[in-house]
Amino acid sequence: MIEMNLTLNGKPVAARVDPDLLLIDFLRDHGCLSVKRGCETSNCGLCTVLMDGTPILSCSMLAVRAAGHTIQTLEGLQEEAADFVGFIADQGADQCGFCNPGFVMNTIALLRENPDPTDDEIRGFLAGNLCRCSGYEGQLRGIRSYLDSRGKGGTSHGE
Amino acid sequence: MITIQNYVQAESLDEAWQLNQKRNARVLGGMLWLKMGQNPVGTAIDLCKLGLDTIEEEESSFSIGAMVTLRALEKHPSLNAWTHGMAARALQPIVGVQFRNMATVGGSLWGRFGFSDVLTLFLALDTKVELHKRGLVPLEQFTAMDYDNDILVRAVVRKVPCRLSYQAMRIQRTDLPVLTCAVCQLEGETRAVIGARPGKALVIRDDTGLLQGGITAESAAAFADYVTGKVPMGSNSRGSAAYRSHLCRVLTRRATLELGGQAQ
Repeated sequence: MIEMNLTLNGKPVAARVDPDLLLIDFLRDHGCLSVKRGCETSNCGLCTVLMDGTPILSCSMLAVRAAGHTIQTLEGLQEEAADFVGFIADQGADQCGFCNPGFVMNTIALLRENPDPTDDEIRGFLAGNLCRCSGYEGQLRGIRSYLDSRGKGGTSHGE
Repeated sequence: MITIQNYVQAESLDEAWQLNQKRNARVLGGMLWLKMGQNPVGTAIDLCKLGLDTIEEEESSFSIGAMVTLRALEKHPSLNAWTHGMAARALQPIVGVQFRNMATVGGSLWGRFGFSDVLTLFLALDTKVELHKRGLVPLEQFTAMDYDNDILVRAVVRKVPCRLSYQAMRIQRTDLPVLTCAVCQLEGETRAVIGARPGKALVIRDDTGLLQGGITAESAAAFADYVTGKVPMGSNSRGSAAYRSHLCRVLTRRATLELGGQAQ
C-alpha cells in the first residue's frame, strides 16, 4: 500500500492505495459516482475527470499517479456545468444519460480552453466522448445554442 | 486487468535503468496500452520526477522529453510552424483530447507500434532517440531494433528546412488508421514513410530520383507507384493487403502533390 494525498473537488484527501488501483475506482470509492466505467480501452470518455484542469481518462490512470494533484469530477463542478447542460437537455441529447458526465466534463475543459469554439473545434475536442444513442448532433446543437445565447447576453435555456 | 506489485517514481535515469533490468519491470508512459495487458508488472517505473515532460527548442533541434504528451506536441506553436501544421494533423485524429493528454511521446516511440501515427510522423523527420545507455540512435535504426531494457529519454528532431505532408486513412474518426503516409523533403532528399501496413512504419527514399525534376502530376504518380512497390503490406481486420496497396498509392500521390503545392 502507498500513502498518497490529493485534492478532490476542493477537499484534501489522504489515502492508502494499492499500486495498481485505478483512479476511476479510487474516485468511485470516494463517492464520485458520476465517473463511469465504459469501454475500458481508453476510447469512450465516460470516465473523464480533470487533473489540474486537464481532461484525462481516469480508467487509464493509476490512482497513485494523481498524488499531489488536483482532481475534479462532475460532483465538484455542478455550478460550472449548470451554465450549459440545460441547453443540451433541451435538444434531447442526453437520452440514456450514461455518457453525459464525460461529455459535460470534457465540454467544461473545452470552454475553459476555447471559450468561443467553432462547430469543427467542438467536434474535434469532443471526439473522444462516445455516445451510442444520439449521433452527436444533439450535443453539438446544445453547445452551439448555449454559445449563441451567451453572445446575446445569456438568455437561459428553454426560453 | 493490470496488476502491479510495486510502483516507484525514479529519482534518476540511472535508478530507472537499474529497476528496469528486472524482467517483469515496466516503464510507465501514458499507460493506455499497458493497462490492458495481462502480464503482471513487478515494478512500475514512473519517470514523472525527471523533468522529461518539456519540449526544448534549440537553434538546430527540438528536444522532446519522453513524458511529453501527444497533446502538448500537437499544440506546440514552433513545432507546428516548422512542420506547417503537419504535427497537429498527424496527432489530432488519435482517439480524443483526454487520450492525447495522457499518451506520451516516449511510450509511443518505445512501443514502435505498427499502427502508430506518431512513429510515422517522427520517421518522416530527421529524428534520433536518446536512450539512457546506448545514447543517440537514429529513429529508423531504433524502429528495427529488438526491445531491450534501456530507457528512452527523449526524441531529438533536427531543425533543417523541411516540407512535410501527412495523410492517413481511417475507417472512422478516432479509430486506428488503416494506413498512414508521410512524405517529407529534407535537405534535397524526398522520403515517404508508410505505417499501419499493418506492420511497423517503413521509410522509402526517392533513390531513383523520380522527383528530382520537380513535382508534377506524373512524377508524383510515378513516386507513388515506386513507394507502393517497395512496401510489403499485410491484411488484418481493418483492411486487406490489396486495399492497403491501393491506399498507399493514393495517399503517397496526394502527399507528394501537397508538397508540390498541388493539394487535392
